[in-house]
Amino acid sequence: MMKFHRNGLAKMYLNSIFTNPERLERLLDIAQSSFLPLLEGAIQYTIPLTLISFTIGLMLATLTALARISTVKLFQNIARIYVSIIRGTPLLVQLSILFYGLPTVGITLEPFTAAILGFSLNVGAYASEVIRAAILSIPKGQWEAANTIGMSYSQSLKRIILPQASRVSIPPLSNTFISLVKDTSLASFILVTEMFRRAQEIAAFNYEFLLLYAQAGLIYWVLCFLLSLVQGRLEHRFDRYVSRA
Amino acid sequence: MIEINNLHKSFGSLEVLKGIDLHVEKGQAVVVIGPSGSGKTTFLRCLNILETPTAGTVTIDDHKADFSKPLPKKQITEFRKQSAMVFQHYNLFPHMTALENVMEGPVTVQKISKEAARKKAEELLAKVGLKEKMNEYPFQLSGGQQQRVGIARALALEPKVMLFDEPTSALDPELVGEVLQVMKDLALEGMTMVVVTHEMRFAKGVADEVLFMDEGRIVERGTPKDIFENPKEERTQQFLSLIQKADTI
Ligand SMILES: Nc1ncnc2c1ncn2[C@@H]1O[C@H](COP(=O)(O)OP(=O)(O)OP(=O)(O)O)[C@@H](O)[C@H]1O
Ligand SMILES: [Mg+2]
Repeated sequence: MMKFHRNGLAKMYLNSIFTNPERLERLLDIAQSSFLPLLEGAIQYTIPLTLISFTIGLMLATLTALARISTVKLFQNIARIYVSIIRGTPLLVQLSILFYGLPTVGITLEPFTAAILGFSLNVGAYASEVIRAAILSIPKGQWEAANTIGMSYSQSLKRIILPQASRVSIPPLSNTFISLVKDTSLASFILVTEMFRRAQEIAAFNYEFLLLYAQAGLIYWVLCFLLSLVQGRLEHRFDRYVSRA
Repeated sequence: MIEINNLHKSFGSLEVLKGIDLHVEKGQAVVVIGPSGSGKTTFLRCLNILETPTAGTVTIDDHKADFSKPLPKKQITEFRKQSAMVFQHYNLFPHMTALENVMEGPVTVQKISKEAARKKAEELLAKVGLKEKMNEYPFQLSGGQQQRVGIARALALEPKVMLFDEPTSALDPELVGEVLQVMKDLALEGMTMVVVTHEMRFAKGVADEVLFMDEGRIVERGTPKDIFENPKEERTQQFLSLIQKADTI
C-alpha cells in the first residue's frame, strides 16, 4: 500500500514537471537562482572547513600516531583515550558539545571555530590510526639503516619513514578526506551557513526540498569526484619508486 | 681499533652472547663464521648498538661504550658514527635513487653541502662500479648492485670500521663475486672490517683472522689457514665439514 502511495507521488511529481510548463519553468528558475548561493556556501565554508580541518587534523594525527608508537606509557595512553573518545561518539554529538555545550562552562565559540575544532579533532583521531598503521608497515630494516648512518629518531622519521608511510597512507587518507567533505554538512547544525544549510534555508522558503537537496548533493558529488582525480595523481607520483611489475 | 671486553647480550631470559672478547688492529679484516643462531648477527648489531648489549665494553678508535649502565642517546649516536653496517637484505631507502641513498648520511647527518655530498657520492658509486646506475631507484637494480649501493652508502660517512652481516647470502650465485670484489678492494685499502660470511674463498683470501662462534661464544680463533685447514675444536671441525659438504652437493 505504502509503496503504491509513494509511486503515485513520484509520478505526480514527474507529471507536474513535464505536463505543466509553468511548473517546469519555476523549477528551472529556482535551480538557477539557488545555484550561486549554494556554490558560494561551498566556496566560503565547505571547502575552507575541509581544507583547514584536514591540515590541522593531519598534524594532530601524526602527533597522535607518534604518541601511540612511542615508548612513553603516558603518551600512549593519552593518545589511546583521545582516539577512543572521538571514534566512540557521533560527530554530531561532538559538534553539539563544542558549540552548544561549552558555553555552559563559559567557553563560547563562533560557529566556524567550533566546526574547525570539531572536524580537526575528528580527522586527527581517524587519520592517526591510518598513519600509525602506515608507519608500522615500514620494515624495521629501514629504521636500522637510518640508525646506522647516524640519523636521530626525528631525522629517521622525517627523511626515511614518513615519506614511505605517506605513500602507503594516500588511499586511506583520501577516504578520510572525502568523508570530511561530506561531514562538513553537519556544520549546518551548529549554524555555519555552509552549502547544506543554504539549501535548507532556500528550501524552507520555497518548499522545493527535493530540488535543493539534490542540487547540494550534486555539488558534493562533483567535489568528491575532483578529489578522487587528485588522489589518482598523487598515487601515481608516489609510485615512481616502486616496481610496477 | 676495536677492543671488546666481556660482551653479553640477552633477549629476556635467552642469553645470546655469553662474554665475547676481541681485539682488532687497524686495517685488519676479521671474518666471523658459525652455525645459524650462534649469535653472529647479534654480535655485529651490538657493535653498532642496533641492539643494546646487556653488559661489557666496546671501544672503537677512542670511543668507549660501557654497557653496564644505560648510555645517553647522544653518546649512542656518537658511538654509532664510528662504524657502519652493511645488511644482508641491503635495506636501501626505496624512495631514493642510488645517488640519494649515498648522499643521505652526509647531507642529513654530517650537514655537508649538497654539492659536496653529491660529488663524494658519485665518487663512491664509481668506486663500487655503479656510476651509470646512480639515478636508478633500488627496485631497478639487481641484488648485487643494491648491495654495492649499500656499501657505498655505508662508506659515505667515512666510518672507521665496516660491519658486514652476510652481505652476499641473499644474492644469486652469479652476483656474489661483484660484491666480494668490492669488499676485497676495501680490505686492501686498509679498511678495518668485521665480516659475517660463509664465503670460504673470501675468508681465505682476505681475512687476517677468522673467528668461529657457537652458542654465544667464540670457540676458536686463528688465521684462515689455522681454522680451515687445521681446526682444533671438535665443534669447528663439525661445522666446517657440514658447510664443505653443502658446497660440494
Ligand atoms: N630481537 C630478538 N629477540 C629475541 N631473540 C632474538 C632476537 N634477535 C635474535 N634472537 C635470538 O638470538 C639468537 C642468535 O640470533 P642471531 O641472529 O644473532 O644468530 P646468527 O648467528 O646471526 O644466525 P644466522 O646464521 O641464522 O643469521 C637466536 O636464537 C635468535 O632467535
Ligand atoms: Mg645472522
